Amino acid sequence: MWKWLHPYANPEVSYHFAGKLKPWLGWASALLLTVGLIWALLFAPADYQQGESFRIFYIHVPSAILSMSIYLAMAIAALSSLVWQVRLADASAAALAPIGAVFTAIALLTGAAWGKPMWGTWWVWDARLTSELILLFLYLGVIALHNAFDDKQMAGKAAGILALVGVINLPIIKYSVEWWNTLHQGATVSKLGAPAMASEMYWPFVLCFLGFGLLVGAVACVRFQTEIITRNKMRPWVRNLVTSEVN
Amino acid sequence: MSSLSYRQTFALVLKRDLTIAFRHKDEMLNPLLFFIIVVTLFPLGIGPQANTLAKIAPGIIWVSALLATLLSLDRLFKADHNDGSLEQMLISPQPLFIFTLAKITAHWLLTGLPLILVAPILAALLYLPEQSYSALFLTLLLGTPVLSFIGAIGAALTVGVKKGGVLLSLIVLPLYIPVLIFATSAIDTASLNLPYNGQLAIIAALFFGSLTLAPFAVGAALKVSTN
Amino acid sequence: MSNSSPLVQAEHLTCVREDRILFDQLSFAINAGDIVQVEGPNGAGKTSLLRLLAGLSQPYEGSISYIGKPIVQYAERYHQDLLYLGHMPGVKAELSAQENLAFNLAMAGGDSSLAEDTLAKVNLLGFEDVTASHLSAGQHRRIALARLWQSNAKVWILDEPFTAIDKQGVTALEKLFVEHAQNGGCVILTTHQDLALPENMVKKITLAYRLF
Repeated sequence: MWKWLHPYANPEVSYHFAGKLKPWLGWASALLLTVGLIWALLFAPADYQQGESFRIFYIHVPSAILSMSIYLAMAIAALSSLVWQVRLADASAAALAPIGAVFTAIALLTGAAWGKPMWGTWWVWDARLTSELILLFLYLGVIALHNAFDDKQMAGKAAGILALVGVINLPIIKYSVEWWNTLHQGATVSKLGAPAMASEMYWPFVLCFLGFGLLVGAVACVRFQTEIITRNKMRPWVRNLVTSEVN
Repeated sequence: MSSLSYRQTFALVLKRDLTIAFRHKDEMLNPLLFFIIVVTLFPLGIGPQANTLAKIAPGIIWVSALLATLLSLDRLFKADHNDGSLEQMLISPQPLFIFTLAKITAHWLLTGLPLILVAPILAALLYLPEQSYSALFLTLLLGTPVLSFIGAIGAALTVGVKKGGVLLSLIVLPLYIPVLIFATSAIDTASLNLPYNGQLAIIAALFFGSLTLAPFAVGAALKVSTN
Repeated sequence: MSNSSPLVQAEHLTCVREDRILFDQLSFAINAGDIVQVEGPNGAGKTSLLRLLAGLSQPYEGSISYIGKPIVQYAERYHQDLLYLGHMPGVKAELSAQENLAFNLAMAGGDSSLAEDTLAKVNLLGFEDVTASHLSAGQHRRIALARLWQSNAKVWILDEPFTAIDKQGVTALEKLFVEHAQNGGCVILTTHQDLALPENMVKKITLAYRLF
């Protein structure tokens, strides 16, 4: 069933494939982010209610969406490693975890920076912020578990199981936090979303979102390559690679 | 060779774990004492006002229960791992989930059940309104097994890690959040004399969900982390 | 069950531990009646090989089969015919010698009431009701080894079975191994001592310590 994946299950082939993909993703992301961020931060209109501080939206929302999607991607990689024994899938899960954690942290920090002018405080126990915080804990757990093992194969599998348990729990946690939030606070402080975003706000947002998405891809390629190298450092092809780079 | 039925295997392992625990009575009581001490720390830190304590009592009792459960989880598979009996379970012809189910049941009988029994006394110390006692009892009855099930996954993942205790808390505590939220909210709702069936139903769903999924996850985790 | 296929067959086994290749492309077949001694210096991967053969860990590459069937798919069948004793004897310090053995026998589907008689065979008569925490390392190993006398398993995999066992005990065990092999079973073991068995009865697998 997974025959077509076979060439990529070879560490050497995947290493070079990720290496080829890396500059494309990197440059495309740089281009989109440059255009998107300049447009968003300098030219897009300010929000009529929130003023200039609204512009953090262009970083906050893409990071928040990506933080969730990276967790999902990580869980899918873990599942294919554990169930279908796809080689290197655990390496890609391990490569994704710290990236996801960083985007979660960015979403939290920008959320706090947005909250200060909006709500007058750095932190509000808002449902979305709270579940983002718990997501960060889940990421940190996966990373800590991965680092606790000396053997990378075991580390990848163990962290994979935890990521899967986490992904089953994530909707439950999200639901429970939302429920907790409405119970304790009512709907008095809810973030002002963007109902029917105007098109001059919409396009810079799309550019920023795609730019950040491609950035994740590029960084994931670099980290994936590192994971492959550390898992295969006793293999002849890695040693050849090192000697050829040194000379 | 006669093969054991699932029920016999379960009973054998459960009996063995309970026997071992009862020969270490002092150690068995430690999580319970921890639970009692942590709960008594809160009035000392917050002040003895009855209405403040009554308001936060559900949270205090439940957070302390989470911590007490965590404290006992580290031992769940570690002793078996260290003396080699875990290996014997992994290569037994009996399915692994029977063993894990038996071990988790033993863990709950030894830590969850005592917590439920002392909780009313602690609730009295915290001035929990009378109408909340049944909710406290029911949420603990349904919720503490969930803590044992989810915690066992973390214990299985960290069994091969030296000094895995803090790591175990780090990976397990975020997964305990839903139980905490629904349980404390059920007790709160009960204090207002409102029905709390909804919360209870969700905790029951979490119980059945973890009952069916956790033993398999624990089995997979044990295979990986002892590899 | 065809007689042509060996009891345990390993094909192209590669084992990697913490980035070090312990052995690469190892293949061998073990037939009924074989006593196989795995040798090699410390750290060469003897225990890792035995754990692979017991199905406790998965090889990096290669496969292991039992009577022609891969042990990964037919794990339950294989584990019914397997008796593995690892580095650690699997003896609970809180239980008595008799309780430990009775549990092990019951788990293997045997008759746990035989525990007391079996303890006599490993010279533990009189220690039945002593909790294992008061017994020595050698006595722990004897409790674990006692199962061998009641075992119907075909494949015995024993990691350092003679550790802390006195001479008399070693002789008794060796006799048991020969009987087991003659009854159509096989024994795979590691030991640092030389076996006092006829050369032609013992096969050897030698692992070398590899830096890479």
